[in-house]
Amino acid sequence: MGPGDNVVLTTMDDVLNWGRSNSLWPLTFGLACCAIEMMATGAADYDLERFGCGVFRATPRQADLMIVAGTVTLKMASRIRMLYEQMPDPKWVISMGSCSNKGGPYWQEGYHVLKGVDRVVPVDIYVPGCPPRPETLIEAIMMLQKKIKVQEAALGPLGFMRKQA
Amino acid sequence: MTFEDIFLKLSQKFPQAILGKEETKPDASIKVSPEGIRAVIQFLRDELQFETLHLVSGVDYPALPALCVVYHPGSYTHKIVLSLKVYLPRTDEAKVQSVCDLFKAANWHERETFDMYGIQFVNHPDHRRILCPEDWQGFPLRKDYVTPDYYNGMPVPLFFEESTPSEGGTH
Repeated sequence: MGPGDNVVLTTMDDVLNWGRSNSLWPLTFGLACCAIEMMATGAADYDLERFGCGVFRATPRQADLMIVAGTVTLKMASRIRMLYEQMPDPKWVISMGSCSNKGGPYWQEGYHVLKGVDRVVPVDIYVPGCPPRPETLIEAIMMLQKKIKVQEAALGPLGFMRKQA
Repeated sequence: MTFEDIFLKLSQKFPQAILGKEETKPDASIKVSPEGIRAVIQFLRDELQFETLHLVSGVDYPALPALCVVYHPGSYTHKIVLSLKVYLPRTDEAKVQSVCDLFKAANWHERETFDMYGIQFVNHPDHRRILCPEDWQGFPLRKDYVTPDYYNGMPVPLFFEESTPSEGGTH
């Protein structure tokens, strides 16, 4: 690999990351009251579409962002894992609200609640709040976009030009 | 018709089944025997204009010891909601007749009462758990219920010691 290739690869990264970060398609995953705030974020007042993120998909196969909005019960946890595995790479997860972060108000007596969705899927951004306001979710999505923009899209762990071991 | 009138009518009609009055707050409740509850609710519905069954739920009294099923039939005609309490032995064999065929509303309520307290409802058309997963162990709203450490390989408590799960896969 010559010294000139680096310029091409860096540009490739930029283009891919720009495309990925500005067309995040979230999976419709409202589990509890946080979902109401997520819907409000997608609706006209807050207009998530401004960030290229308003196309909520009803199937994991068309989505690349999972916003876990609400209380994750143990019954739901295995379904979350299954839906996460059905999403195509690259994929990201936002954990929205106290319940999905760490169990929320069910942290002690909630025999039925998974204490943090990060016990079943890897989480990129945690959003605090009970429930978080739409501004907070928008901030989280912008942070995720920043995170995507510095990824190694071409040669990194998820890159399409990655050499197979 | 007030609570006292209804209680009097029920006592005259069912001297065996009506076990007495209990001074609960804010309204008094009526103690009914497990054998008679179905007939009492049918009488309330057919003769005393109780059109709805608002709620069927359970209570656990470890001190008595007893399990209790509470029925709340309501009447829009008399503007009153009764509470009928049925005391059962505190075992896994606690049984009471289902009232699903009298009030369809009872279906899910009885399933939830079974799910949370383990009270069996005889002749229920769809007798299985409603909220907890089907493979759930134990009845969570009993006072002596202990939260499991693991469910299907997932740790349940917030703070837990890492150990090998006894069964199930890892997530």
